[in-house]
Amino acid sequence: MTDWPILSTVTFLPLVGALLIFLIREDGPAARRNIRNVALLTTVFTFVLSLLIWVAFDNRQAGFQMIEKTPWLDSGISYHMGVDGISMLFVILTTFLMPLCILASWVSVEKRVKEYMIAFLILETLMIGVFCALDIVLFYTFFEASLIPMFIIIGVWGGKRRVYASFKFFLYTLLGSVLMLLAMMAMFWQAGTTDIPTLMEYDFPGNMQVWLWLAFFASFAVKMPMWPVHTWLPDAHVEAPTAGSVILAGILLKMGGYGFLRFSLPMFPEASEMFAPLVFTLSVVAIIYTSLVALMQEDMKKLIAYSSVAHMGFVTMGIFAMNAEGVQGAIFQMLSHGLISGALFLCVGVVYDRLHTREIAAYGGLVHNMPRYAVVFLIFTMGNVGLPGTSGFVGEFLTMMGAFRANTWVAFFAATGVILSAAYALWLYRRIIFGALTKESLKSMLDLSTREKVVIYPLVVLTIFFGVYPAPVFDATTASVDALIAHVSQATGAADTAALAK
Amino acid sequence: MIPAFSTSLQLLGPELILAVGALVLLMVGTFAGAAANRLVTGLAVAVLLAALLWMWVYGENGLAFGGAFVLDPFGRFMKSLALIGSAATLIMSVGFAKDERFDKFEFPVLIVLCSLGMMLMIAANDMLGLYLGLELQSLAIYVLAAFNRDSLRSTEAGLKYFVLGALSSGMLLYGISLVYGYTGHTNFQAIASLLLGAERQLGLVFGLVFVLAGLAFKISAVPFHMWTPDVYEGAPTPITAFMAAAPKMAAMALTVRVTMEAFAPISLDWQQIIVFISIASMLLGSFAAIGQRNIKRLMAYSSIGHMGFALVGLAANSQEGVRGVVLYMAIYLAMTLGTFAVILAMRRKEGNAEQIDDLAGLSTTHPMMALVLTIMMFSLAGIPPLAGFWAKWYVFLAAIDAGLYALSVIGVLASVVGAFYYLRLIKIMWFDEPTTGFVPVAGELRLVLGVTAAFTLFYVLIGGPLGTMAQAAAASFF
Repeated sequence: MTDWPILSTVTFLPLVGALLIFLIREDGPAARRNIRNVALLTTVFTFVLSLLIWVAFDNRQAGFQMIEKTPWLDSGISYHMGVDGISMLFVILTTFLMPLCILASWVSVEKRVKEYMIAFLILETLMIGVFCALDIVLFYTFFEASLIPMFIIIGVWGGKRRVYASFKFFLYTLLGSVLMLLAMMAMFWQAGTTDIPTLMEYDFPGNMQVWLWLAFFASFAVKMPMWPVHTWLPDAHVEAPTAGSVILAGILLKMGGYGFLRFSLPMFPEASEMFAPLVFTLSVVAIIYTSLVALMQEDMKKLIAYSSVAHMGFVTMGIFAMNAEGVQGAIFQMLSHGLISGALFLCVGVVYDRLHTREIAAYGGLVHNMPRYAVVFLIFTMGNVGLPGTSGFVGEFLTMMGAFRANTWVAFFAATGVILSAAYALWLYRRIIFGALTKESLKSMLDLSTREKVVIYPLVVLTIFFGVYPAPVFDATTASVDALIAHVSQATGAADTAALAK
Repeated sequence: MIPAFSTSLQLLGPELILAVGALVLLMVGTFAGAAANRLVTGLAVAVLLAALLWMWVYGENGLAFGGAFVLDPFGRFMKSLALIGSAATLIMSVGFAKDERFDKFEFPVLIVLCSLGMMLMIAANDMLGLYLGLELQSLAIYVLAAFNRDSLRSTEAGLKYFVLGALSSGMLLYGISLVYGYTGHTNFQAIASLLLGAERQLGLVFGLVFVLAGLAFKISAVPFHMWTPDVYEGAPTPITAFMAAAPKMAAMALTVRVTMEAFAPISLDWQQIIVFISIASMLLGSFAAIGQRNIKRLMAYSSIGHMGFALVGLAANSQEGVRGVVLYMAIYLAMTLGTFAVILAMRRKEGNAEQIDDLAGLSTTHPMMALVLTIMMFSLAGIPPLAGFWAKWYVFLAAIDAGLYALSVIGVLASVVGAFYYLRLIKIMWFDEPTTGFVPVAGELRLVLGVTAAFTLFYVLIGGPLGTMAQAAAASFF
């Protein structure tokens, strides 16, 4: 068991499925059914295998585990994989959401099923790779390559303005990332390695840290997305097919937060401390401003997209609070947001599949003919608001606690955002679910089908489970986060002493 | 010191194979009659591959003909690229030749002669050897560009290339004469050793500028790029493919050798020039391509941009930089050949399509062709894990090491702009509604498509040995 390269297996297993689908030649109802089945089986199997990672994971160990390392491309780069408490759960989240996405596209995607499933499976490989990579070049490869399938997914299976949205998504993220690439090269020459664990120990000169931090920030802030570079997100979300939105909100956004935790904080602690006020400001602006924007949206998906930006504001705030509560909260918030926002997009997908519109005004009174739907939508709305008892509460509470320790005013403004989020989420719920069922088009709509139940109920269970009992997550993350915080405070403390000594 | 004549002949074995082969092929073509073209094309490919094989089996390092030519790992690497490029374009032209009444046996013969010129360019270790090789290669291309005599555009392309080419040759010669005037030497090492201790002379810098201007013309770098779009568009497509692939390898190799060898002591002077040319090419290549509708013109601007990226490595003036250039050219060769194979495969019954809108909906009508072109476009845009990303990685790595931060930042930003028009091609293939499909892809094109796509896609797995070879090639100068 210990010698088996489990991370590589989990990472590249979806590619095997993609290859199988690629080899299905004929085109017809039977072939399409085969394609869907292969995709579903692959993702389910990947999920089950990935659970083994969690089982084999040693909670007490702060460093990287299940390490695989071989030289790569003969130029100082290595194929280095491994997980620690920060990254492991993101791997599980990815493999968990993937079968749900395949199921969610079961009937709604009719044209080019083959290409669709291949794109999703390739995307899964790349996303797992991002969280497992322990070499900056390998990380960058996975990170950037994930743009390719997502570009195709938005562009081919998207809505009316899909071309605009896909180009904006691709070019925005690419622009941020290329600067990070240059920073990685500079790090390579400075430290002589591209190995992440070694770079985390390396002490970059203070002046250089500033530039490197800014370059990484350019990439992760766009990916996250942080205000004011968030504008690609609403477009991409609105135009993407349902499963694409789920992946975008659930996983791709988390790569930004993960990047901050993996690179910015441990590698450039002094610069992180220096720029923390900037991040706080942007986070608070994001929380308040995008919540206000969300209030005014006519389109369901756009509303949830803006609410994602606001929630990511909590994450960045928590990360740069640079204390255990903040970072723990940020990780938890990311995981919980992955479940809740994914679920919300699935909920939108449910009614979209029936009525083919995302206009909020087109709905109303769904509680009368879709009671089950009304209940699950309520749970996720509450989770989005951060009601105690749902997983959304734990993350928001901890990040705010962390922020409170770092800066009271930041926490104060962030708390305002919670009120606003309650406003837009509840208002959305009222407009769609409550009221009289007057519109003719809605009266014939059926409640959740079995397939939809299979997709959504697990998310309901997890949202409530982790809201009541978040310990499994914290057990896994604590050791790594404590080590990270200790490392950062030691580095910044040392820098302060050095400054005093001068 | 000066080796015997027979040793020199032995060292230049591959070149002799090409020279003799070209003459024999000319005879074969004259006497073979109607079916000559296919036969001569096949034999020409055989000759090119024989030269390649000879080079790797019997190739030795050394100086030939009194130091006029040099054989080293760098030359061997670049010559291989040039030969592979020539052979691949010959293979790709078979179907085109039959359909477009292009089947004249002079075409393969000229390609072989041109390859000979390129081999001499890459091996040149003396200003005269350089000029000799360059002119042999250029003369062959002048004829090739105008090969389709009955087409106005083709003859215009040939004439344009000839006039501008002659101008650039003149500048090159003038530069060489200035360098000779100030140093008294034409041999690269002799020039370098004289420059090493000498005071910096303005006249010599003039010479350097003129030499570099002449070379920049051959690699179509800004500001000597004006001929490229017109010639690319006007020339018959197989010849465009050839021009985009093989001669670029030779001209880039020559530029590297002249700067790293002859002018190494005055690197500060030429570095500025290369930095400027590189930035200008990257920017122009990225921005000017946005408005293009003809895919051959688009590829012309794309090639200008890519030469700019390759020069980033040269600007670094280091072993890593040369390795970057060498790898960049190798990967660029594969991407160009693959893309032009797709362009050649864009055939309808009434003739070849050249507008990018003709590609609309290609992913439904020709899924495999669309897949290959998609891989090529993402690779040209520099998206990992495709080969094009690694090409950029190595050159920018060298530039960062050399402290050329402004160049690097401008370069990567230009690559984002460039990504826009590559993405547009992908958009047309995948997002747009299909138009009438193309005729089935010919077998020889499938071969090139398959090989280049596999190379681009799996570079992450097979790039190691190539990197080692490039490293050895770059070590020739240090």
